[in-house]
Amino acid sequence: MKKIHFFKVLMLALFVSFGVVGFAQHGEEHQAEEHAGKEANSHEEEFNLAEEALAHIANANAIHVFGDFYIPLPAILYAPGHGWTTFLTSKFDAHHHGNGEKAIDHYVMKHGVIHRIADESFPYGEVNIDGFTHGKIEKDGQEKEVAYAVVDGKNYLLDEKTTLDGGMLGGGKTSYMDFSLTKGAVTMLLVLLLFFWLFRAVAKGYEKNEGKAPSGVQSLMEPVILFIRDEVAIPFIGEKKYEKYFPFLLSLFFFILGLNLIGQFPIAGNVTGNFSFTMVLAIITALYVNFSGNKNYWEHVLWMPGVPSVLKVLILTPVEILGVFIKPFTLMLRLFANIAAGHIVLVAFVGLIFIFGHSGESVGGAVGGTVMAYLLSLFMMAVELLVAFVQAFVFTLLAAAYFGAATEEAHH
Amino acid sequence: MEMIFLSGFSVFRPEPGMMFWALVFFLTFWFLVSKFGFRPISNYLRTREQSIQDALDEAKKARAEVENMKSENEKLLAQAAQERAVILKEAREMKEQIVSEAQDKAKDEAQKIIASAKMEIDSQKNAAIAEVRDNVGGLAIEIAEQILRKQLGSDAEQKSFIQKLVDNAKLN
Repeated sequence: MKKIHFFKVLMLALFVSFGVVGFAQHGEEHQAEEHAGKEANSHEEEFNLAEEALAHIANANAIHVFGDFYIPLPAILYAPGHGWTTFLTSKFDAHHHGNGEKAIDHYVMKHGVIHRIADESFPYGEVNIDGFTHGKIEKDGQEKEVAYAVVDGKNYLLDEKTTLDGGMLGGGKTSYMDFSLTKGAVTMLLVLLLFFWLFRAVAKGYEKNEGKAPSGVQSLMEPVILFIRDEVAIPFIGEKKYEKYFPFLLSLFFFILGLNLIGQFPIAGNVTGNFSFTMVLAIITALYVNFSGNKNYWEHVLWMPGVPSVLKVLILTPVEILGVFIKPFTLMLRLFANIAAGHIVLVAFVGLIFIFGHSGESVGGAVGGTVMAYLLSLFMMAVELLVAFVQAFVFTLLAAAYFGAATEEAHH
Repeated sequence: MEMIFLSGFSVFRPEPGMMFWALVFFLTFWFLVSKFGFRPISNYLRTREQSIQDALDEAKKARAEVENMKSENEKLLAQAAQERAVILKEAREMKEQIVSEAQDKAKDEAQKIIASAKMEIDSQKNAAIAEVRDNVGGLAIEIAEQILRKQLGSDAEQKSFIQKLVDNAKLN
């Protein structure tokens, strides 16, 4: 028992130190790039922790492994009026900090993310670009930070991909849409394949060990599956009906857990801390819940029995209808906020190295920052591991509670 | 606040591309892993639990049966003991009855024998008495004859004797 404990601690320490090294490497590389940028663009850029943290949790069109090494990903882009464009992002010839040196059919890569030059005077096909620069423009009475691609001494404004927030969160409709297999999408695919293989192995284990005690990966997963069944599905949905929703609950739990855990690795994508992902999960859950709703559920939502009509019309029915939408909204927000915040805090702790070292000018500060960052990151990563399990569990638990409410039989 | 909405940062914004892939991959995950993983696993777990429950129930039933048998055996034993006691009692009673009957019978028989013996003795005695009486009568007559013969040698004597007899008879 003591030996296993020691092994766990060792694994955790190794895991955490790899994480710190990974981030530190990225940070160093980033910082080196800043200097290069200074020289190339003669543009003053300081180490900006907020930007660094946000860039780390952002999605990207290439997987940054270390230094200048990027794994290219397929780009699937659509620009109204021009049509679909598909290619591998290695075509951008990105080296320093994921900034591409080429523009492909108006598309460029900056910070590992594809942008589009909206200016129609820009030529199609492959075009060499000199670099990127930043600027500020006035838009709807607000100052907005924008980026430009520099080609032949001329600045071309870069569009960001279209988002569905209608400008409320700084996005909106632009000149193109990005359906690429991004870092996040590839991470999802990876988790999908990994868990497909894992659970097939577990199911085969049951077939092979029929009438015997479970073994290997089967005995690793069985307590988790039984936990979800006996502590989540059955208590909330009931012995009779849980079976219909059990695979969905397990899918939610393991998909979220897998993505949470894989997101702890520096090179993998942050998926569960991405609004788009949690939104899709919450919408699917809400649709499934409400389409499973029986007469009793809708009666409780629309016309609560045993309450005076005035109260129903004025308070209960509006509140209940609002609740139908608030429930998935909280699901979406909770998972996203917890994971994104965890990642941001972690990057912030690692960023201490550069803040204390004044962007590499002070070696002593960098060493002190490293020691502090190591200890704080160690703590934070341990907390993040816990959060990975807790958030997957909470999402599943609440989904089970909603299914339970939607399928509950009348008991008046 | 401006910092959060830096260009290139899109985690806060719903992107159609990411949403599309999230939808596709989650639905695929749900379908594939449920079909090849969760459903079979759930079924195996249920059948296993059912078989364990069945085995437990059966063991309980078997134990109850054994318990039942034991109590039945005990009941049978108790019954047998009771029956034995009854039989023994009956036998004892019978024995006593037989003995008493035999005693009664023996007594009766003895009485009968005694009675018949008495009767025999009586009849023998009577016969003997009768015989003795006969013998004594004859003897007395003989003796009396001889005496008379001797005493009644003379007529006078004879006459007085007869007279005496007649007198006696008259008196009678």
